Amino acid sequence: MIELQDISIAFTAKDRTVRAVRNASLSIASGQIFGIVGTSGAGKSTLLRAINLLEPPDSGLVLLDGRDITGLKGAALRRERQKIGMIFQHFNLMLTRTVYDNVAFTLHIAGKSRQEISERVPELLGLVGLSDKADAYPAQLSGGQKQRVGIARAIANHPQVLLCDEPTSALDLETSAAILELLKEINERLGITIVLISHEMSVIKKICTRVAVMNAGQIIEEGEVYDIFATPREEFTRQLVEHTLNLDLPARLTEDLRGTLLKILFLGERAEQPLLSEVALRFGVSINILHGKIEYINSRALGILVALLDHDRSEDGASRLGEAIEFIRQNTAHVEVLHA
Amino acid sequence: MLELLLPLLDDLKPAFGETFLMVGISSFFAIAGGLPLGFLLYITERRLFWENQAAHAIGNVLVNVIRSLPFVILLVLLLPFTQWVLGTTIGPAAAAVPLSVAAIAFYARLVEGALCEVDPGIVEAAQAFGASPLRIVGSVLLREALPGLLRGLTVTLISLIGYSAMAGIVGGGGVGDLAIRFGYYRYQTDVMIVTVIALVILVQAVQALGDLAARRADKKG
Repeated sequence: MIELQDISIAFTAKDRTVRAVRNASLSIASGQIFGIVGTSGAGKSTLLRAINLLEPPDSGLVLLDGRDITGLKGAALRRERQKIGMIFQHFNLMLTRTVYDNVAFTLHIAGKSRQEISERVPELLGLVGLSDKADAYPAQLSGGQKQRVGIARAIANHPQVLLCDEPTSALDLETSAAILELLKEINERLGITIVLISHEMSVIKKICTRVAVMNAGQIIEEGEVYDIFATPREEFTRQLVEHTLNLDLPARLTEDLRGTLLKILFLGERAEQPLLSEVALRFGVSINILHGKIEYINSRALGILVALLDHDRSEDGASRLGEAIEFIRQNTAHVEVLHA
Repeated sequence: MLELLLPLLDDLKPAFGETFLMVGISSFFAIAGGLPLGFLLYITERRLFWENQAAHAIGNVLVNVIRSLPFVILLVLLLPFTQWVLGTTIGPAAAAVPLSVAAIAFYARLVEGALCEVDPGIVEAAQAFGASPLRIVGSVLLREALPGLLRGLTVTLISLIGYSAMAGIVGGGGVGDLAIRFGYYRYQTDVMIVTVIALVILVQAVQALGDLAARRADKKG
């Protein structure tokens, strides 16, 4: 259990003060994969570093399993840090040491004996799938392999928590997916709580269960990833989600539309019912689906359709269209009229 | 040529001995003094574990003052100090005093530069894993900066060989002194040429060795 209470961190550069994190509070349950998302400069990296006190907060408290670690210094702080693993965007491996020695280094720090180290390192390298690279230097590895070394050394001392600072931002899509898969596996198999920051909602969507959204140093929204995607409360979050779902229509389609353009959100089981065909039959309106997708977040379905509804030339056509939209509204999670 | 070289050899041998002594002593102090001073300059400037603007400023000014003096001036300026330390100002050991002072300041700057080349992320990672300051200095910074430190040491050594020629002025002896006394004052151009060739070979050898060592330490691929 990680608790951040009312954390504020400011930097003073020359003559101005940047308030990187402002009154941020979070509670992260053990065993979770918790995401913090936000644009660059939102303060998420600083907030992450408050957890292992690489950025000691100016005010507020950091609690690990109920123990206040905020004021720890020297050897006590170092012992605490040995229980918190961390991986980085640019891997930060020691270039003059082999893969083996990079992993051994964190074990050394924790005071492990030579024999313990020689048993543990191969085990860790096996876990991240790099058994054959023990004697390679980081410069000889690909980005994905470097991050695997980073993960191996970060979990070497059986930490309770693994902090991930944009772990996939320097990797291509495929490698990125593999690394996220590995993190998920580590979380499930070893029960390590993972706190991950990213500027990409798609990364959060892939592995996190809960997410906090940061903007300009503040946490503006927090909740289950599914809920944040389904019903974002803040405008900033809504933009992030929309950007990820990517439901833009080409301009050609929206220029001379006839009818009403709806964005319909289906949640859970509703996403699996044949609602639109029922509407077409019952209200006699035409339905043309222009865009749509179903996302599965933590194996729950989230369906979004962009559909054009139109009525025929008969007298009550317009009112039937109105009824149809109302019917859809009642039977789905959310309906947004994009164009009327 | 050979009959010219043979008598010269008797002069060259002790001259090289003196040069090696001067460069050896001052190189020792370059490492013993310049390395810690360079680390001090680096560490006190950073929010790492001992940020200290005052200590950084003092170290910085000290290094700048020594580095801004032309070596000949430093040589003369430090004569009383040398007299106080060794009781004499004559001989290669005495010449090694100002050489050492210059070498410490010179190498400290190069050490600081080499440390700046180490990715701060690597240091941050070590901190995140709970490494102590001593371990960060000894096992991370020193090792990651080693290629740069070796290149800097090579540059320092070669500069010291050059400086040691000037040390002849205060009676330090050495190859440079030989070149000036015989080659210049006595118009023995052949002596000048031989000593110059010897110095060129020496510098080439030092550079080649330094490059080799730096390459072996460098794993950046």
